[in-house]
Amino acid sequence: MRLPGRIGRWIDDRLGVSQVVQHTLLHPIPRPNIGRKGWMYVLGSATLIAFVVQIVTGVALATKYIPAPDHAHQSLLVINDSRLGALLRGMHFWSASAMVLLIFLHMARTFLTGSYKFPREMNWITGGFLLGLTLAMAATGQLLRWDQDGVWSVVVWAKFADRVPLVGEHIARFFLGGDTVGGPTLTRFFAFHVFVFPALMFVLIGVHLYLVAYHGISEPPSPGQRVDRGTYRARYAALLQRGVPYFPGGLWREAVVAAALVAAVVLLALVVGPVGPGPAPDPTDVAAVPKPDWFFLWYYTLVWLKPPPLETLVMVYFPLGVGVLLFLIPLFAPYGERSARRRPWAIAAVGATLLVWGVLTGYGVSSYWVPDFDSPPIAPAALGIPPGPAADGARIFHERGCQYCHAVRGQGGRYGPDLTRVTRRMSPEEVRHRIVAGIRDMPAYRALPVGDVEALLAFFHAAAERRP
Amino acid sequence: MPTRRAVRLIERLQGFLVAILLVPVGRRLVSTVRQRRLARITGDRPAAAPGAAGAGDGEAAEVPRRRFLAQLTMGAAAVVAGLLGVPFAGFVFAPGRRLGRQWRPVGDVAAFAVGRTVKVNYLDPAPLPWAGFAAETAAWLRREGDSQFVAFTIYCTHTGCPVRWEDGADLFMCPCHGGAFYRDGTVAAGPPPIPLTRYPVRVRDGVVEIETAPIPGQSPS
Repeated sequence: MRLPGRIGRWIDDRLGVSQVVQHTLLHPIPRPNIGRKGWMYVLGSATLIAFVVQIVTGVALATKYIPAPDHAHQSLLVINDSRLGALLRGMHFWSASAMVLLIFLHMARTFLTGSYKFPREMNWITGGFLLGLTLAMAATGQLLRWDQDGVWSVVVWAKFADRVPLVGEHIARFFLGGDTVGGPTLTRFFAFHVFVFPALMFVLIGVHLYLVAYHGISEPPSPGQRVDRGTYRARYAALLQRGVPYFPGGLWREAVVAAALVAAVVLLALVVGPVGPGPAPDPTDVAAVPKPDWFFLWYYTLVWLKPPPLETLVMVYFPLGVGVLLFLIPLFAPYGERSARRRPWAIAAVGATLLVWGVLTGYGVSSYWVPDFDSPPIAPAALGIPPGPAADGARIFHERGCQYCHAVRGQGGRYGPDLTRVTRRMSPEEVRHRIVAGIRDMPAYRALPVGDVEALLAFFHAAAERRP
Repeated sequence: MPTRRAVRLIERLQGFLVAILLVPVGRRLVSTVRQRRLARITGDRPAAAPGAAGAGDGEAAEVPRRRFLAQLTMGAAAVVAGLLGVPFAGFVFAPGRRLGRQWRPVGDVAAFAVGRTVKVNYLDPAPLPWAGFAAETAAWLRREGDSQFVAFTIYCTHTGCPVRWEDGADLFMCPCHGGAFYRDGTVAAGPPPIPLTRYPVRVRDGVVEIETAPIPGQSPS
């Protein structure tokens, strides 16, 4: 026998490679899974690939990131300027984005194909934990940027946690590592981001994958074929009897998707680059406008939306409730129809979730309720307003902060209504009253001198009359 | 561009690694596939656990001993878990440093004009050496009269974003969700549920002092 062959045999015998290969790569999967429908089943592995990218890039970044409050921001700037540093930071961000996106898509697919049903309830539940951990990684990751947004997100989180009844204060103190943002704050988020959460994820991914192997990958559903505890396992075993090996029939798609994913991540990192770090952090800088990364923009909007009496409900119990509900889905409906064609409510639920998420995120992007602090004063001459009370009104409109929330002729904030034609909608009396008494989301300018109110009115009149 | 060159380098390295790793793995796989027929693969399910049958006379006597050893194993595992877990959880989930409250000077009385609201910065109690800028906190200070001062938190009572004082508008305004507060801290508009938290202020020997306050415990619940 030739030498390479003998070495190969020895290694295989002592390491048991082919045994492992047998169980991981060559185990049979149902024939329909390698058909065109196989493309539905690549999302989980794609999520895993994104996680692998996170681990590799994250470990690389950890060699040069300083998790100390006085140096973290600087160390990121150094990484950005270093060889490959910007690329790795970019990959870490874009792959994180991909991972969040993919895990949700994977969940939607699992839900729509009814793959969470008997006997795979625990696949879904471990996946739920992984979803939570992925979001925790996304949130702590944004914070490690330790720029103005990062520092203020700690404050915001602590304030959020503080609202939880009974244990809130403890959670808030836990986030901060004490009373305020200070020396112990960043290191704990770093430790959780790089040790605790990933360790939990490794364990859960192990269990999740083991369960996929143990129960076998769920086969594409066909309408009318109901899941029943008594018959499902036998039917599935029969499918495997006529099955095909996972490699290469099922795996090639996942490999192609993995290559495309990593290529896309590298491309985005090269073309768009890394995110931040933003301006240097300063807990005393009140000019900060903290905004979460896109993953949590929907929540940012939700918090704005809520009617005041429902505050704690929306901020605390709503996310908690959604989480618990997600976990319980397979326990509510473990049997029955799997095909989405026979489960209109499942499609409706996914569609509604997508719609709500899209709308909330869209509003979060525009966030029109944020006062436009930087809006420059309106030049009366540009609107054809001669010097006089109306021109004074334009100045007062800016000075008194009306312009933070209101626009005239397209200049100013978008929170309140555009006031260009306000005098056509409301009588002068109504306008005066509205300025002095306020309404819902508008402060009452009780101390505004009568002259100023009249000047504003003159300005509104002038703005309404003149066409640009 | 250095990054492009780096990417080319990575690509070359990747190709090299793929060649080193994948070729033998691929060979191994192909031969394994050849060796084992599909039928055998699909039929290859783990057999039922052996050992259930054939319990002899001696085995009966073994049962209490086995039970004891099983309990011993679990007890030992619990000891390991406890000895590791208690210090871990106790350290990591400790409530953090409680620093109490301290009076911090923020400036001479004369430095503040009556009727004006200004931001003052001061140090947290007992900051750690590496805290850097994070050791500092700010508050809004308003001089109401000769020796009357009011201090407000900079944290919006809605979600904790920084409120800024806008002199012209005579309002505290929050950039996150458009909350606004009057100069006395009461809610003027937007989502904040309660007035801005006030901090204790005093004047000592012509110096204005603010009492530090922890961030948790100020929010409505």
